[in-house]
Amino acid sequence: MADTSFAVPSIKTIVPALPPEDDSTRNTSLIVTENLSLYYGEAKALKSISMSIRERMVTAFIGPSGCGKSTLLRCFNRMNDLIDHVRIEGAVRIGGQAIHNRDVDVIELRKRVGMVFQKSNPFPKSIHENIAYALRLHGMKDKAELNEAVEQSLRGAALWDEVKDRLHSSALGLSGGQQQRLCIARAIAIQPEIILMDEPASALDPLATGRVEDLILELKKEFTIVIVTHNMQQAARISDYTAFFYLGELIEYDTTNKIFTNPAKKQTEDYITGRFG
Amino acid sequence: MPLKAPPPPEPGFDTQLRRRRRWKLLIAKQEAIPWNFKSTNLGLDSKFFTGLTGFATALILAILAVILINILWQGMPGLSWRFITGGTDKDMFDVDKAGVLPMIIGTSARVILMTIFVLPVGVITAVYLTEYAHSTSLFTRITRGAVNNLAGVPSIVFGLFGLGFFIAFVGGRMDALFYPDSAEPIWAKPAILWASLTLAVMTLPVVIVATEESLRSIPPGLREASLALGATKLQTIVKIVVPQAMPGIMTGGILAVSRAAGEVAPILFTGAAYYMASLPSSLHDQFMDLGYHVFVLSTQSPNIEKTRPILYATVVVLLLLTFTLNIVAVLVRARMRKKMRMLH
Repeated sequence: MADTSFAVPSIKTIVPALPPEDDSTRNTSLIVTENLSLYYGEAKALKSISMSIRERMVTAFIGPSGCGKSTLLRCFNRMNDLIDHVRIEGAVRIGGQAIHNRDVDVIELRKRVGMVFQKSNPFPKSIHENIAYALRLHGMKDKAELNEAVEQSLRGAALWDEVKDRLHSSALGLSGGQQQRLCIARAIAIQPEIILMDEPASALDPLATGRVEDLILELKKEFTIVIVTHNMQQAARISDYTAFFYLGELIEYDTTNKIFTNPAKKQTEDYITGRFG
Repeated sequence: MPLKAPPPPEPGFDTQLRRRRRWKLLIAKQEAIPWNFKSTNLGLDSKFFTGLTGFATALILAILAVILINILWQGMPGLSWRFITGGTDKDMFDVDKAGVLPMIIGTSARVILMTIFVLPVGVITAVYLTEYAHSTSLFTRITRGAVNNLAGVPSIVFGLFGLGFFIAFVGGRMDALFYPDSAEPIWAKPAILWASLTLAVMTLPVVIVATEESLRSIPPGLREASLALGATKLQTIVKIVVPQAMPGIMTGGILAVSRAAGEVAPILFTGAAYYMASLPSSLHDQFMDLGYHVFVLSTQSPNIEKTRPILYATVVVLLLLTFTLNIVAVLVRARMRKKMRMLH
């Protein structure tokens, strides 16, 4: 958390440094958290987190289990609303709007902020229906239009060639990696700006992981991606920025290059080198 | 070729070993335990429990077989095509003249009507309890307790409830409202509608519990996936959760049908007729019922010898009808499951 060029003026708290790499000046911050704390009942799971996430970049959240990285991710599309006794302090702003305000329509929010889960969770419907369901939710009815959008989404998720001959067979017949890419296709079908990924490749074999990673790099051109991962190499391979969390705190947040080559904090270094308790 | 000797223990190995030995002292003797896999009792205990559980199973099967064989044996002489397709207009106690078609129709109709009432109410209640209600709130706990208690209420009590609530109260109000000039009650009398509704109340817990069970077994990931796509809670429930729970809901329906088809007590005061010259033609008509008919035949016959074959034959028909309704439901469920798995 040193030299800064990326602080949002309205935030008084320390915004972690994000020195510009290449032409990242055109990428403004899209998600901003301001002193965000989250409680599960009495337990404080996130401790006053302030960070900003850049547009059309891949930002990786790393840290040991239970450090709050998934919890933070789920704040961005308010999936935590589903859990009882969750209380939030501070704010999350997406595109300048505080998303936890009372007047926010969570449906609209989730339309713009898609999510891919750790465990691939295709609906027990056909491949086509899995994507068409998402599209129909948002009012697309015309059959030709649906078919076109389904194809585009599957192409976008690099799955089209593998499934084009069996669009109407069950999505549960796909392999794990294909299922996860179907979930990504489903998420991008409704054209969100942001895609949150909660350990999307942790249940996949290395080959399938590689495909998902390639896909993420491809998607980054159009989407802002925030990815939670336990896999250090993965974070290093695909992300532009990396945030390290420990016990609900944001320890260090910097370019991935910096975090993995010259971390400022000892805790970060210990964690990425595997010396962490 | 001589075997390669293992490498000498590393330094420190000795202390490690000693530590492990000391720990072992707490649970076992220090010296090595000889390899011995010989059974001490030749697996007698295992054999004993296999026998015991097998015997219990065989006993159940034997009881069922005795009941079925007895009924079939005694019922066969009375069973004929004329008996199944004939009416009761000649002499309902005479084996050569009686028929049970009106009862088959009456029982089927009340079971089908009951299913139409109980499934929507039961499913919606279960959806509320699992998807909307706070699982720990007082209201939810009271509702769950009420549902469980409802399941334990004797069926005759449901019959009396139906008489008091549906016939006297609801039917009475309907008559006062729609037929104020009629001298005879139209709705305030036993009718197939009230019998079906009473049965629906009785089988409600079965459907609620089965549906709840089935809803709870749906992975939360599916709900999350739908919500994360921007679906509302209602859309998620209607389009993802309930279709997925359909086989379980059908199981609840099957159990409800099984329970209701053979019940006599709830319909005794609410709709079953001792004798009717014609079939019911509207919801406020009474009906003849197989189960009730068994009761009538066994208690009211002027000539026991002539009635006995049709008494048993009626029981056979009742069992067949229950099985048929069940099999239809099971087949529908199987098709649903298959469709869900294979799709197209």
